[in-house]
Amino acid sequence: MKIFATYNIKGGVGKTTAAVNLAYLSAADGCRTLLWDLDPQGAASFLFRIKPRVKGGGKALIRGTKTLDDAIKGTDFDHLDLLPADFTYRNMDLLLGGADKKPTRKLGQLLKPMAAEYDHVFLDCPPSISLVSENVMHAADVLLVPLIPTTLSVRTLDQLTEFVAGFNGRRPRVWAFFSMVDRRKTLHQEITRDLATERAGVAATPIPALSMIERMSVERAPVTAFAPRSVAARAYRALWAEVQQDPKP
Amino acid sequence: MTTGGLRDFVADTAEGEDFSLAAVRSELSTEFTVRQEPGAAGSGMHRRTWLDTFDWRLYKAGLTLQFEQARRGGLLVLSKADGTPQVEQPVTRWPRRPGLAEDLPPGPVRDRILVLTSPRALLPIVKAASTVSVNRLLNADGKTVARLVVEEHVTVTAPTPNSAGGTTAELPPRLAVAEVRGYPSQARKAAGLLASVPGVSHASQSVFIAALTALGRHPADYTSGVEAEITATMPASVAVARLLLRLLDTVELNVDGVLRDIDTEFLHDLRVAVRRTRSAIKLLGAVLPADLAEHFKAEFKWLGDVTTPVRDLDVHLLGFDALTEQLVAASPDDLEPLRAFLVRRRAREFRRLAAALRGPRFRAITDDWRKALLEIRDVDGPRRRRPTAAVLARAATGKAFRRVAAQGDAITSDSPPESLHDLRKRAKELRYLLEFFAPLYDQVAYRKVLSDLKQLQDCLGEFQDSEVQRHEIRDLADAMLTDSMLAGRAAPAATLLAMGEIAAKLALSQAEARAEFVARFARFAGPAGRERVRVLLANETQGRP
Repeated sequence: MKIFATYNIKGGVGKTTAAVNLAYLSAADGCRTLLWDLDPQGAASFLFRIKPRVKGGGKALIRGTKTLDDAIKGTDFDHLDLLPADFTYRNMDLLLGGADKKPTRKLGQLLKPMAAEYDHVFLDCPPSISLVSENVMHAADVLLVPLIPTTLSVRTLDQLTEFVAGFNGRRPRVWAFFSMVDRRKTLHQEITRDLATERAGVAATPIPALSMIERMSVERAPVTAFAPRSVAARAYRALWAEVQQDPKP
Repeated sequence: MTTGGLRDFVADTAEGEDFSLAAVRSELSTEFTVRQEPGAAGSGMHRRTWLDTFDWRLYKAGLTLQFEQARRGGLLVLSKADGTPQVEQPVTRWPRRPGLAEDLPPGPVRDRILVLTSPRALLPIVKAASTVSVNRLLNADGKTVARLVVEEHVTVTAPTPNSAGGTTAELPPRLAVAEVRGYPSQARKAAGLLASVPGVSHASQSVFIAALTALGRHPADYTSGVEAEITATMPASVAVARLLLRLLDTVELNVDGVLRDIDTEFLHDLRVAVRRTRSAIKLLGAVLPADLAEHFKAEFKWLGDVTTPVRDLDVHLLGFDALTEQLVAASPDDLEPLRAFLVRRRAREFRRLAAALRGPRFRAITDDWRKALLEIRDVDGPRRRRPTAAVLARAATGKAFRRVAAQGDAITSDSPPESLHDLRKRAKELRYLLEFFAPLYDQVAYRKVLSDLKQLQDCLGEFQDSEVQRHEIRDLADAMLTDSMLAGRAAPAATLLAMGEIAAKLALSQAEARAEFVARFARFAGPAGRERVRVLLANETQGRP
């Protein structure tokens, strides 16, 4: 089982759309895939038309009174299941903090029994730097970081890479990709082109800012499913092909 | 769609209430939005074949093996009898001819069925073709919360040997509600609605069993056992005729499989039925017309004899790997020329056997024998006031037991191998008699006696088989030498040496069997054993109606 997590400290950078589309593509490849919507706003759950509600809330899951298995819902797509968001996830930091001796490893432990059932797990993280995101970084094999091509967001990536490098033992591979790229902006073009060639761990495929991607909230489905031939869908497919490869030398 | 579970339904087209998919959809529309899903996984044309061995080994083990044909290759699915899938395995180029499980590519289905089915081949039992369509059931959010799977135009066929034609039947449409994970109550609700549609009822049988029933077959409708329908009070001659007819059925049922050389066990079952027939004629033939018994005694001896060479070679080939594993000094490869030699020989002997089974003498045996037996069976009334089946069973079985006991008692450590061989034959006759009249006995007492007898037979069998194989290996060595000289090749010395080693191993296991004989015989024919036989023969039940 391989765990992918979409993470960025900022909100509105395309984390959820990436998680939803890459999870859909993974399932379409025939891999048994689970997407865990960890964001209390429940955007990923909404996109799959699944109610953002878990019986017993985040507490029951973290304390283990309810297994992840019980909360999982099937999506409309073969091989793709979703663990819905719940509004109580907003308190997940507190729950994790009170968990046990290793509060940063709790999510990883909860996911372990899923290995028999799923080939890929996607974690869609809420924007923040918190105990939840630290848990996600420890659990993940691949950290997918959407970046808006600005100088500031590149600094954020540096900080994140440094933070992960300080982990003891297992570290996730950091894969950054440019998101919401506006081709009309020269700065976007420059940063996208330069960074992808200069820096390891930055995907060559950018995800453009497209109204088709915004349409996902109207269609309530992955763009890769409802418009598979669109530019947006092609971009996600190229990105998915890339992140499955070995890291750049 | 293969299960007979709670969410599976059958559209009953026969009861005047016409099934219509529109009615089903309209009923479901009261709670869900029903949307057809063209191209959904599992929709479209379905071609399935259910496989089992000739003697239903998978079915008897509570398993069903289904081959789902795809454009290229297909999928083998092994399920429990209730339809729960156990393991599956994709296969490409599935053999069109019946195949052995060991010919399957490695995979979980092969692993699970290999020991169970070996050495029997998997035969197509039923084929089904159908059209499957999938409908999504959506909730108010437009989320799929269950699926309705409809299987229509279900045509089932019993494959024939030459794969042309075969009996065909049409099954009523089947419907199933498939649950979406996390929405069990919605699936229950859909199933409830479905059950209320006129002409739709819960499926009580799987497609496989429904297909067999429609084709006039039953699962496990072949067994190599005797199981004749006899009772204690029927005239002995009628009981014996029924017994012999049952054995004749077994012979005839296996002929096709022998001729098509599907697997080795067709010939084995045929031979066992012939041996049982010969024993029955010898031990119970007094109740048959004397000339009839005399004539067919000779005919069945001929039939037994023509089948022997192929079976002997089959036994060698079936046990070949086990044999090579025992080699210590020689390498298994040394024996490969022997295997090739056996295969060539078998091909030659098989042609002779096939000619005999296709010939007029065999046809005359089966036709005339059946005619004569039917006459005896169907003669009714008090004209035939001879002993009852129970009297015959008691007399013949008691006599056979006393013979085994007397011959066994006479065997000492100095007795020649022939004396054990003779005893083995008597023990086999006793076994057959017990099995013939099994319906007349108390089952507990019967199983006790049979279990002891089996132990004794296994020991005698081990002794005798080792003896025979040792001689055969010597003969084979001779034959191989002659053959290779005739073909102008050098005699394979390494092979002959390896064969020598095998012969030595056989001598060892023969000696072990001989050492065990005393204890096994004492258990069977000692005072306690005799008492068990007395109890058995004293307490006959009334047998089958």
